[in-house]
Amino acid sequence: MRGATHAGWAAGAAAVVLAATACGGGGDGGGGDAGAVLSSSWGDPQNPLEPANTNEVQGGKVLDMIFRGLKRYDPETGEAKDMLAEKIETSDSQNFTVTVKDGWTFSNGEKVTARSFVDAWNYGASLKNNQRNAYFFSYIDGYDKAHPEDGGKQSADTLSGLKVTGPRTFTVKLNQKFSTFPDTLGYPAYAPLPRAFFDDHGNWLKKPVGNGPYRVDSYARGSQMSLRKWEQYPGEDKARNGGVDLKVYTDNNTAYTDLMAGNLDLVDDVPAAQLKNVKNDLGDRYINTPAGIIQTLAFPYYDRNWNKSGSEKVRKGLSMAIDREQITETIFHRTRTPATDWTSPVLGEDGGFQDGLCGEACEYKPDEAKKLIRDGGGLPGGQVKITYNSDTGSHKQWVDAVCNSINNALGNDKACVGNPVGTFADFRNQITDKKMSGPFRAGWQMDYPLIQNFLQPLYYTNASSNDGKWSEKKFDDLIDKANAETDTGRAIKTFQQAEQVVRDNMAAIPLWYQNGSAGYSDRLSGVKLNPFSVPVYDEIKVS
Amino acid sequence: MGRYVIRRLLQMIPVFIGATLLIFLMVNVMGDPVAGLCGDRECDPATAAQLRREFGLDQPVWRQYLTYMGNVFTGDFGTAFNGQPVTELMGTAFPVTVRLTVVAIVAEIVIGITLGVITGLRRGRPVDTAVLVLTLVVISVPTFVTGLLLQLLLGVKWEWIRPSVSSYAPLDELIVPGLVLASVSLAYVTRLTRTSIAENRRADYVRTAIAKGLPRRRVVTRHLLRNSLIPVVTFIGTDVGALMGGAIVTERIFNIHGVGYQLYQGILRQNTQTVVGFVTVLVLVFLVANLLVDLLYAVLDPRIRYA
Repeated sequence: MRGATHAGWAAGAAAVVLAATACGGGGDGGGGDAGAVLSSSWGDPQNPLEPANTNEVQGGKVLDMIFRGLKRYDPETGEAKDMLAEKIETSDSQNFTVTVKDGWTFSNGEKVTARSFVDAWNYGASLKNNQRNAYFFSYIDGYDKAHPEDGGKQSADTLSGLKVTGPRTFTVKLNQKFSTFPDTLGYPAYAPLPRAFFDDHGNWLKKPVGNGPYRVDSYARGSQMSLRKWEQYPGEDKARNGGVDLKVYTDNNTAYTDLMAGNLDLVDDVPAAQLKNVKNDLGDRYINTPAGIIQTLAFPYYDRNWNKSGSEKVRKGLSMAIDREQITETIFHRTRTPATDWTSPVLGEDGGFQDGLCGEACEYKPDEAKKLIRDGGGLPGGQVKITYNSDTGSHKQWVDAVCNSINNALGNDKACVGNPVGTFADFRNQITDKKMSGPFRAGWQMDYPLIQNFLQPLYYTNASSNDGKWSEKKFDDLIDKANAETDTGRAIKTFQQAEQVVRDNMAAIPLWYQNGSAGYSDRLSGVKLNPFSVPVYDEIKVS
Repeated sequence: MGRYVIRRLLQMIPVFIGATLLIFLMVNVMGDPVAGLCGDRECDPATAAQLRREFGLDQPVWRQYLTYMGNVFTGDFGTAFNGQPVTELMGTAFPVTVRLTVVAIVAEIVIGITLGVITGLRRGRPVDTAVLVLTLVVISVPTFVTGLLLQLLLGVKWEWIRPSVSSYAPLDELIVPGLVLASVSLAYVTRLTRTSIAENRRADYVRTAIAKGLPRRRVVTRHLLRNSLIPVVTFIGTDVGALMGGAIVTERIFNIHGVGYQLYQGILRQNTQTVVGFVTVLVLVFLVANLLVDLLYAVLDPRIRYA
């Protein structure tokens, strides 16, 4: 049985490659073979591969290849540009009219209409479908009926704020003013879905069908997905290669070894252990570019020790006791950059990133750190424990380094210790149950490149990722005001004012901005990572 | 014989129930898995509650266990968090691991026993000493070191093999990983066989066989080896289960998507259904292998009879 599927797959793949190479070759002009297929490392997606159910990079990689939404974030600048949207109009930042471009279809031939979007969004929001990203639709009117927060019975299957008004037009009514809403629509959760998704869900999951530059050729769950160029793709960002084979690796070290042996073309997560060799091994075939990820230390504001007058001085003192330069240099080999604000450089100055906003509070100043902590009443209990999960990433290394740095600065080798938690789920549980007694690891990967996304989910009262339960009326008011602002420039200015409130309170200690890293074989050219640290597959050329 | 087998099969029932219960409890102690499903943010409470309901996590543990066992007897091992039925995962993972285990066991039997016989017959000679030192080295070096070293040398430096196994894991790609997996056991098999052979070589029945004028080859294979194999067979039998479950390290190094990979993933994601399902099958494999070993005793040694 397995032998048979194997042979069938191989034959199928070979046929596709042959067919593709036959008609490829010229045309492109870049010297690449437009028919050649590249292989790339992958991880098994954690959740079923539905757009509104995928919240991690591995599943996101596939969605980015097989779906195109109303907007798309420019792989270079991160700017939200119209993709399927002909226009999105509003006069009050609350009611939007969306017109979908003509001529788009799914790879099974079905037309992409206004209904494809509305059905998909309704599906994503409806509680009974268990979509992990349902909260993305929480700005749309009627969300509380389709997705009651208390987990009670839902009284509606669809969002009352969505109305199809024509074959290519629909209206969106939000439950609050949200000026930058159109710019969030590049997130994969907002992708359109074909009828096949609803009518034959089981088979769709086995072989997803979308409207992006690639189509899924075969999918062996847990081991490999073969994506091939969709020749009839109507968009301008057509694939410049014949396809991509995503191979699941349990260990990124093995993927790296495979790259070295010429068995794999692209590794988009260079293992920490190899960072010191990577320049020698790959030379300029190693890329290391900023991604929309910031690592911070959050504090438990439900704990009285961290929420009394003076504790902002202690937090600031701790921040100044961390030698970010040295840690990013020695441990991360420059794949992290010391943070100087609470957003990310990928936003750009125009998008709200402010280099140096944190000021001297993010610089290593041991003497002042000592003084500030003393002024603030000392460390609660005489010691801080930094809690982190030890199963993924190389969190142990940097937490130990941060503690070392704090201990050195304060001249007390018991001032800071790491507190590892075995699994990520347990770590999340302890956070949700408010069991943290000191600072803990908080990482944020942006959903969309907007300053709003770096502030509201993390620091707004009771927001979904406000793990420390920080609450400050002044901040909330400014966020509300910024969201209601119709002018983007003014909105960003107001968000920046809100960020200053975060700074003045040192609500969380910014540590560093994370880069995306990738290495590739000499067959490839034009490899780059987008601001979400996902390779821009459609632009890769294979020789 | 038949009654013995039935008795042994009946004995498996309590062992099976006990083992699954223990694993079930252990995975449960790790806490609520749903919290890990939403990335670095709190799952929205309604979705989290719905997921818990769907996976039965809102029930008390004893009821979860009973429901689970009830389902297992109807062949339903539950669903993993990524929406795949666990039986489907087993269907893809077990054939791969079985192939890997077969390679390992065959290596153990062929190489291990041959080396054991050779050294046992030539005790104290240079061959014996050389093999002894070699086995000592293999036993003392951890598997992951052997694995990574071979992968680097054979896969990257000399390019004899692919450093990782492709997703369909054909037998020929599994030879090196199989040898790595077998290496430590192989060394033990060699040493066990050697001691056993050396001991029995001085036994009366061997002397009698030689005195009868039987050819040396026949003495060694029919008389000496057959009697010396009992401890070795016990070891290999129990090793079948150990190799299948213990392949996590090897499977990770060579990127083999077998049982070890699924277990590792299941544990990381605290996926009770996957972990309990796979371990249950491993427990069964272990029990059956043990039963087969006991039955083999009777074949090897006519003095052993089961009533």
